[in-house]
Amino acid sequence: MKQILFISGKGGTGKTVITASFAVLNNKSIIADCDVDAACLHLLLNPQIIEKNIFIGRKKSEILQNKCKLCGKCFKVCVFNAVLKTKVDNDSKKNKYLINSLLCEGCGVCVWNCPESAIEFNAKEAGEWYVSKTEYGTFIHARLIPGEENSGKLVNVVKKIAKEKAIEEKSDLIIIDGPPGTGCPVICSLSGVDLAVIVTEPSVSGIYDMERVLELAQKFNVKCCVIINKYNLNLKKTQEIREYCEKRKIKILGIIPFSEEINQSVVMAKPAVLYCNNEIKKTLHSICEKIGEELK
Amino acid sequence: MIISVASGKGGTGKTMISVNLSDSLSEIVKTIFLDCDVEEPNSHLFLQPEITNTEDVNVIVPIIDKTKCIHCGKCQNVCEFNAILSFSKETLVLENLCHGCRGCIIVCPQSAISESKRKIGIIQKGKTKKNIEFINGILEVKEAMATPLIKKVIQKLDNLDDDDKTNYSVIIDCPPGTSCPMVNSIKISDYCILVTEPTPFGLSDLKLAVEVVNKLEIPFGVIINKADKNNSIIENYCQEKNIAILMKIPFDRDIAIKCSYGNLITEYKEEYKKNFKNLFNSILSQLKKN
Repeated sequence: MKQILFISGKGGTGKTVITASFAVLNNKSIIADCDVDAACLHLLLNPQIIEKNIFIGRKKSEILQNKCKLCGKCFKVCVFNAVLKTKVDNDSKKNKYLINSLLCEGCGVCVWNCPESAIEFNAKEAGEWYVSKTEYGTFIHARLIPGEENSGKLVNVVKKIAKEKAIEEKSDLIIIDGPPGTGCPVICSLSGVDLAVIVTEPSVSGIYDMERVLELAQKFNVKCCVIINKYNLNLKKTQEIREYCEKRKIKILGIIPFSEEINQSVVMAKPAVLYCNNEIKKTLHSICEKIGEELK
Repeated sequence: MIISVASGKGGTGKTMISVNLSDSLSEIVKTIFLDCDVEEPNSHLFLQPEITNTEDVNVIVPIIDKTKCIHCGKCQNVCEFNAILSFSKETLVLENLCHGCRGCIIVCPQSAISESKRKIGIIQKGKTKKNIEFINGILEVKEAMATPLIKKVIQKLDNLDDDDKTNYSVIIDCPPGTSCPMVNSIKISDYCILVTEPTPFGLSDLKLAVEVVNKLEIPFGVIINKADKNNSIIENYCQEKNIAILMKIPFDRDIAIKCSYGNLITEYKEEYKKNFKNLFNSILSQLKKN
């Protein structure tokens, strides 16, 4: 079984559009969306959810006000400034304490340092993950509750389920849409993949971000290829990307023009390869074939 | 006034808007620019600051004194992040998993654990030609945790002690997404600009970003970038939720090309400078009303 991941460093370069088309052309693969805090792939695949599961996040502290003796130990030990100190009332010198759950890292240090055992420590729902049916194959996706942390852990869940489904369905390919950036969720997405396809665009930002994410993938010894999207917006920068990749022996799988039609395919919520004209369709087919060769 | 520029979806134009906004504002107020997209910082490519100061950013990690450690395993038991492995004759720290909570240091009965440092990135400071004070954080590649670095970047504002918010502007260029890096970047702001684009992707991620700003109770408005014939996708939602649309920037191939070279659009389209200054003033008056 092979796993292929689409990433970019910079957001908005076209990862999701390309992933969806690749999934259409590799019908009956397992499809996974690892961009769990701003997922979009489902908008193109028209999934029918068949299984919905709760994702439990990290534990978080909560002070039981009726047990709290206002000693302030929690405030002192918390290095994340998640314990808020406020006056009990306007005249009083005493302080009361509250936990800001958005700042709480869930280390539990306040919990076992509280002399009154007045701090509860429970894991709460932090999101959901789904198994869906689509026309193009089984689709694993998720939704982190906005503002929550632990997106890396949820990425791991999505990948684990995708793998189980692939075994169950005897599918030999998992297609993964990755998150932007280079941090925790990207690192989790990269682990164990056979090929990372980096979707970039010919701009100073696109190039800078591609270089960083390439460096990351190579540090994890993941084989990388590049797709240049919207190449005709800046032919000079496209050439720069070509030279950069050539120097480092990174294969460019194809170049895709900036096209109003691709934009319209997103507006119509259709995979580009099914919506666009022959020329773009041909380009996507050719990229797909080349990826197949790289995966061999 | 501190204005953060965020979005759920990546590539909607956060950096483009924040650099051009600060370029315009620097002509009327003291302007400070913070790039909190530490995984993929891009603003320096546009603002071209002269960097005068670079500092390492470290996080706390425990270091175990092998001569004192009795391998009792208490540190492993309190660590919520599985960053310590304790065996009968060996106790190991997995630095990449450590969140720096100091729990193990507090709990160790032998006082065998002390604080050490691990570099996770750098913070650069400098000035642009137009006197914008520029600060950005750059996360080391392979480093998983962006949030501690983002917090350090934000802390650079601690010395800002001007009570009159109309005297200065701080523009924060935020990371994409809606999870902890984004939350920590916008948390401190007086106002948040959410940048979106008129596609189902833009709308879907805008809705998530709105949930976050509402949770944090930060006043906000929306800019529709790459505006075109599909604007109603965003407009209908904003109308329904009573969200202010601050500005629409039409899709323009010229703009896209200028940006791809790292140019500021305010430098060749004077009207944008005026629009961004007006935007600042309308945000100020919107905040005064509340």
